[in-house]
Amino acid sequence: MTPSLMTRCRWILPLFLLMSFAVGCGDARMGVDRSAGAKIGGDSGTELAERQVLRRGNGAEPQSLDPHKSEGVPESNLQRDLYEGLTIEGPDGDVMPGAARSWDISDDGLVYIFHMRENARWSNGDPVTAHDFEYGLRRSVDPSTLSNYSIMLRPILNAEAIIAGELPPESLGVRAIDDLTLEIRLSGPTPYFLGVLNHSASYPVHRPTVEKYGDRWARPGRLVSNGAFRLRDWVMQSHIVLERNEYYWDNENTALDEVWYYPIENQSTELQRYRAHAIDMTSDLPFRQLAWIRSNLPEELVISEYLGIYYYGLNVTRAPFKDNPELRRALNLAIDREILTSQVTTAGEIPAYGFVPGTANYTQHVPEWAGWTQEQRVAEARRLYEAAGYSHEQPLRLQILYNTHENHRTIAVAISSMWKDTLGIDTELINEEWKVYLETRRTKQNTQVYRAGWIGDYNDAYNFLEIMHSESGLNDSGWRSERYDELLALAAQERDMARRAAYMNEAEQILLEDMPVIPVYFYVTKRLVKPWVGGYRSNIMDQIYSKDLHILKH
Amino acid sequence: MLRYSLTRFLGAIPTLLILITVAFFMIRAAPGGPFDAEKQLPPEIEANLRAAYHLDEPLVQQFGRYVWNLARGDFGPSFQYKDYSVTELIAAGFPVSLRLGGSAMLLALLVGVFAGTMAALRQNSRTDHAVMAVSMTGISIPNFVMAPLLILFFAVYLGWLPAGGIGDGGLRYMILPVISLALPQIAYISRLTRGSMIEVLRSNFVRTARAQGLPERTVILHHALKPALLPVVSYLGPATAAVITGSVVIEQIFGVPGLGRYFVQGALNRDYTLVMGVVVFYGALIILFNLFVDLVYAWLDPKVKYA
Repeated sequence: MTPSLMTRCRWILPLFLLMSFAVGCGDARMGVDRSAGAKIGGDSGTELAERQVLRRGNGAEPQSLDPHKSEGVPESNLQRDLYEGLTIEGPDGDVMPGAARSWDISDDGLVYIFHMRENARWSNGDPVTAHDFEYGLRRSVDPSTLSNYSIMLRPILNAEAIIAGELPPESLGVRAIDDLTLEIRLSGPTPYFLGVLNHSASYPVHRPTVEKYGDRWARPGRLVSNGAFRLRDWVMQSHIVLERNEYYWDNENTALDEVWYYPIENQSTELQRYRAHAIDMTSDLPFRQLAWIRSNLPEELVISEYLGIYYYGLNVTRAPFKDNPELRRALNLAIDREILTSQVTTAGEIPAYGFVPGTANYTQHVPEWAGWTQEQRVAEARRLYEAAGYSHEQPLRLQILYNTHENHRTIAVAISSMWKDTLGIDTELINEEWKVYLETRRTKQNTQVYRAGWIGDYNDAYNFLEIMHSESGLNDSGWRSERYDELLALAAQERDMARRAAYMNEAEQILLEDMPVIPVYFYVTKRLVKPWVGGYRSNIMDQIYSKDLHILKH
Repeated sequence: MLRYSLTRFLGAIPTLLILITVAFFMIRAAPGGPFDAEKQLPPEIEANLRAAYHLDEPLVQQFGRYVWNLARGDFGPSFQYKDYSVTELIAAGFPVSLRLGGSAMLLALLVGVFAGTMAALRQNSRTDHAVMAVSMTGISIPNFVMAPLLILFFAVYLGWLPAGGIGDGGLRYMILPVISLALPQIAYISRLTRGSMIEVLRSNFVRTARAQGLPERTVILHHALKPALLPVVSYLGPATAAVITGSVVIEQIFGVPGLGRYFVQGALNRDYTLVMGVVVFYGALIILFNLFVDLVYAWLDPKVKYA
């Protein structure tokens, strides 16, 4: 062969690589050490950056920006910035006036009168009136809207019948008395009702826009919203850009001009984007890299309580758990939650000895065994296990069902080894893809133990106790207790907060004694937040409004 | 040639129909449905949703409806992304995947053919061993390992390139995903080229050409390269179709808004229409590219004639 061809072409590959790097070097903004040297927040520590742009990692791509058609966490984060309910949540998680300036509640707790703000405006300048809320709430429960979370509005008079198609949407207990006064009638006193009003199912929508564009109104250039921000751009699977709504009634207190939301499902990917300074806040963290984060980015790591429970359900419609509360209690006692949360999950999750996380207006029921040492628990577990007819020679064989996920697998391995060590139970782990797992759980034909979890929709104990109501769509254990259902019904109708809490406490006690579910831990939120994001405050519902945040000079 | 293309085109219709039928009934056979969630919907709401999407009709009737709408170019609404139709999702995702995948294939073709030829020309030399070792590594290191490593090095440590996203759609955002997509393809193409080039170089017409005293460059570029590329060309058809419809791994890792992740997300969410949409689209592309490859074949290989 001729050497000329070789010599001529030999430099092509290195040149190509060099070129690709050179293109990359062109932009100095990408430099990693942008924060080095510059003091965050200037000399005073509170100086604002010139560009008020926040970039948030947001988990999955939102299903919809129509507040009546979505339910997930990523959607709620966006909609909280776009829309404003009658109430909003303050930075610490307390209910505050939103589109309504104030309200009056009748003595029986059944009638709410909301006084609207005179200066509230939609993002196109139209005034926000009581009629908008009347339209929005009716639309939300109207079966033809195809909302799958309208059940949130069940406390409102006639809502349940409208959702079921038995009454027309106009019969909903919501009425605009005039432009600035809205009346809402409830079917029973609901102490958490003001909290329901900042859920997306109760957000208002702009009637002319919805009527003009039908199903396709929630898009850039069309969507009109009444929150602190409005929609500027939406590139599916890439980003959603919100910009300041200058008509917002509290616009002067909004610091951010733009909020960029990035759908990044993979948590390791999100971490890398954060480390490369492409986002300012993550939505979650990869559980396997927590140790690295703790030692390398300790000041940016934010961990706080989250209103949710991770639990194991036991199928009580079949052997071995049918009519066998001793065995159910034995399995519960044999789990060492301290070890599980400190050595396995490690983010600071709270060991759960009851079923209800720390919610407002409620004191959790603390069972007796919560105060025991793990040795005492194990001894009692062995006694119950043997009483149920099992022993080391004749061990119980169990299957744990979980949906495919690294965390669930690790936890199932840990729990099954605790059961093996203390009681000698032989466990088989079964993982199924999400939708298959849901169906298996629901049919109750093959499941014995299944992994489950629930994040509260509103800050109230009822939200959690309701899971185990015999008619609940979440009760896949098949457990039913008449007394339990009765106590929940009493709690739903009770106006006196102390008595209501007592009913719920008794219900929780029944649940923990009969043990159709084994509480494992209460969730925490874990995320990284850049030091220049000001105004960030954790709260139990993890509702972070972008309007409360600002960017410090850096 | 024109007649051949037309026949092939018509022949593709039954293939597509079979594909649609199999895919339609397979996704419906999977347990669970689009409206299943951890909190079961109240029965009346679920019934209402099913009726709105015609899921309450007999399966065969739904199939008929689907094919009829498809024939009119309507892929239906997405169950998951309620503000968009499947047609809109594909129309938004495909250009991104096409741009990314197209660049990756072009890069892979240039580098792969070049490296493979070099290796073949210097068989058993250091160049050869180096190219083959690198390509073996390229084949054996999966995308989901290589891509995060590239990000860690070039975006996190060096800060030269973005860690993901498409930003303003600029070149900077394309480099890492294109390289990640191209690496395994480079590896395959260089190995294919090398193998077939070695064979061609041993054939009589190359020996004759050399014996006539033609310069080596002419021998390689004008005589040997064309036949040596035949296996590469037949590989390119399906490979290009696969790469330009997007890779779920690359899209997830780099946050690229392409078509690839709709395959996986659609299937996981039981978003029937979305899965069907991407499957039909992908199937049609494969058929199209295979046809194209056959036509290129006729041009490259004098032994092949379509009448």
